[in-house]
Amino acid sequence: MLNILWPIFIIISIIYAVISGNIENLNNSIFVETENVVQFSLTLLGMTCLWSGIMEVALNTRIIDCLSKILKPVINFLFKDIEKDDECNKNIIMNIIANILGLGNAATPLGLKAMNALQKHNKEKSTLSDNMIMLIVLNTASLQVIPTTVIAIRNSLGSKNPTMIIFPVWIATVCAAIVGGLVTKILIKFNRRKL
Amino acid sequence: MSLINYISIVAIPIVIFIIIGNALREKVAVFDIFLKGARDGLEIVLKIFPTLIGLFVAIGMLRSSGVIDFITRVVSPVTSFFMPNEILPLAILRPISGSASMAVATDIIKMNGVDSFIGVLAAVIMGSTETTLYTIAVYSSSVKAKNTRFVLFASLMADITGVIVSVIIVSKIFG
Repeated sequence: MLNILWPIFIIISIIYAVISGNIENLNNSIFVETENVVQFSLTLLGMTCLWSGIMEVALNTRIIDCLSKILKPVINFLFKDIEKDDECNKNIIMNIIANILGLGNAATPLGLKAMNALQKHNKEKSTLSDNMIMLIVLNTASLQVIPTTVIAIRNSLGSKNPTMIIFPVWIATVCAAIVGGLVTKILIKFNRRKL
Repeated sequence: MSLINYISIVAIPIVIFIIIGNALREKVAVFDIFLKGARDGLEIVLKIFPTLIGLFVAIGMLRSSGVIDFITRVVSPVTSFFMPNEILPLAILRPISGSASMAVATDIIKMNGVDSFIGVLAAVIMGSTETTLYTIAVYSSSVKAKNTRFVLFASLMADITGVIVSVIIVSKIFG
């Protein structure tokens, strides 16, 4: 995917910048962005190490077993043949819970751990498996109980009722997750038939 | 407001407390286990760093060159049927850049008023969608998968649903 998108982004940007006279802006952005990545990665590094560590602890206690029982029906519907692998199962459950609780900083590291666990069962290592795609789609749907960042922005801009967006966000995000999950399920079936 | 604020402040400490507290009760070698996990985390970030460099720079170029503004102008006649034009830059930026879309959303909310139809809509879209391209790139590169199949399509379908449902719901609220 990025083998196509990435060069298109760059070539189009440079051509358009030359035509529209934005080339100086574009030149500056190259240096600003590389600096941003380092900044961002350092934050990510700290967060990922911390949450990977905490998760490893959680994986070694019985806490996850309780959560698994609650989420089992949903997980079994969305993912295939996952209950056989305990580690996979647990990582996916923690990723979903971190998302729902709005622990954005924790959700990504946990999701990446789940991806690594899923890779062990993937027959073709350079291609995403069905379960991996489902996990990614669920993560892009941004399920969360309290959209804290947006509420904080609304509050800082002097809203009379900053939290009024919670209910609309729930509906929109649940619809998005359902559509994403169903589209993925359908495409998995369709894809298999073609092969 | 203060309750929600409080919840978002205590959520992470409480989760850590429960996990560590439980480990202590079950008498496992907490710190050794933690170190093993933290080392895994180091590896994960090293794996995705090259992806981040490539993506951040390319998207920075897209924005600074004015291509995004150009796309906004071209597609606005079509999208204006189901989406207010003020929202369009946000809908386009949202899947590709988290920080840029946050800046644009804040701008839209300021310009149109925080409790106005457009202001609320921008906030709802921000809250109900994710930085899809970044998520896909980071997750895929963490397992070194090159063939991502239909994941972009499925995720974008979810995003489009999120935006359209946001428009419908917020329109209903504002009558």
